[in-house]
Amino acid sequence: MNLDSLLPKLGEWLRGTGAEGDVVVSTRIRLARNLADHHFTNRSNHHQKAEVEAKLRDCVTSLDLPYPLKYVDIAHLETLDRQFLVERQLISRELASVLDGPRGAAFDERESVSLMINEEDQLRLQVMRSGLSLDAAWEEIDRIDDMIEAKLNYAFHEQFGYLTACPTNVGTGMRASVMLHLPALGMTKQIEKAFKALQKINLVVRGLYGEGSRASGDFYQISNQVTLGKSEAAALTDIREVIHEIMRYERLARTALVRESRQSMQDRVARAIGMLQSATMMTSEETMDLLSSVRLGLHLKLRDEVPLELVNELFLHSQPAHLQKLMGETLDGEARNTARAEYLRSRLRDINPGRN
Amino acid sequence: MKCQSCQQPATVHLTDIVDKKKREVHLCEDCARKHDLIPDEQQDLNVPALLQFLVAQSRDEKKKQAIDAEACPHCGQKYAQFRAQGRLGCPADYEVFRTALEPLLERIHRSVRHVGKAPLRVRSRLKASELTELRALLDAAVRGERYEDAAALRDRIRSAESAE
Repeated sequence: MNLDSLLPKLGEWLRGTGAEGDVVVSTRIRLARNLADHHFTNRSNHHQKAEVEAKLRDCVTSLDLPYPLKYVDIAHLETLDRQFLVERQLISRELASVLDGPRGAAFDERESVSLMINEEDQLRLQVMRSGLSLDAAWEEIDRIDDMIEAKLNYAFHEQFGYLTACPTNVGTGMRASVMLHLPALGMTKQIEKAFKALQKINLVVRGLYGEGSRASGDFYQISNQVTLGKSEAAALTDIREVIHEIMRYERLARTALVRESRQSMQDRVARAIGMLQSATMMTSEETMDLLSSVRLGLHLKLRDEVPLELVNELFLHSQPAHLQKLMGETLDGEARNTARAEYLRSRLRDINPGRN
Repeated sequence: MKCQSCQQPATVHLTDIVDKKKREVHLCEDCARKHDLIPDEQQDLNVPALLQFLVAQSRDEKKKQAIDAEACPHCGQKYAQFRAQGRLGCPADYEVFRTALEPLLERIHRSVRHVGKAPLRVRSRLKASELTELRALLDAAVRGERYEDAAALRDRIRSAESAE
């Protein structure tokens, strides 16, 4: 399977075109589903997993969707390619490297839909949208779910709802996540305060790459926790309300920063561009933090020499697997940091940070 | 120390020793009050309530051990394995381990009953059984000459039918 055709593209979640795009990067909804009368993935042997994979692969690749889905056999994919798909948020880290046996993923060319097979649950549907777009994402995933359900019997219980391997997902099986870019709250040390409000209403904050990942580059994912006893619509309403509140805090903090320290903000952005243009070694985390400053400068209209599409592209391309694919070789440790710095320098060569 | 019923700090500590066996209970004030363990003003400690609570607790402990050893007849998974790994073995586990899972679900989700989407086949089955029940109620209301009830039921049947 050659995935290199994806390399020059950005994918739906990084397109940067959606509503509230100054603060909200992307919206993602996932549904966890299992087949009736089958063991869950963790209790299945190789043969049972192969049977489920074949069944679900046939089903998802024959769906009558307006966009074709491409099926990737994850078990037979190179480690680098798996990591590449994780960085594009098309598959989970679990599917890539924790789980074993027959498993796969189907996604569309725009990378707005991804269906994972034999994840923790046998089927994990995922729909992604640029910006804040909970309703559109729900409508889409609900429709795909209906189409699959017309062909297969899901494990469903009249009292407990959709049955999942882990009881934390039972009920709706829905997890809606909104990815936010909150540099001003981070800079003004208000982020903790803003998130305290979240814990009260059972929403969870995670870093860019899901569970357990650090919030680098001021990116945060906010998602619902409760899946039982609360309808999909009610859960989405809860999230929406919180997102609007946090967007308001972030924008207030941004306005205050520009009003009170315009010069030093200008300086911060110019330095970030300068570092990206001249460093000879660069870790992925430092890159994220610098690009975060550049992105903020862009949205505050302090500087505009680096276009948003390029910033988003560099976010993705500076990730380890993307970088190695771009360089065409396996790199680790220092060699990777050197290659990253070199790549950033070449992409930002023509940008003049002193222009504004 | 935290309350054993919720996560509040425990402020009520009770110990009893029966047959050289010591049992302890640690609760927050709200939970202790709920179990009737805190005397109202000028009243004595509610000894029967306290005993009942302690006995129920040791019964729970025994039940817990029994369910740990229980295996699902469909997939063979034991509850103890679920406790160790956090993953169930098959859809039937939800029924097999229901008594142990319900308190857990209550703690995680503050609910034990699904609200929201259901597969189409379940939705239509639920609707069909609802209609049958409403029609039976309507018959009974007409026979009992409760015409106001009958009118209300007829409206509900009509709206359920038109929603299909």
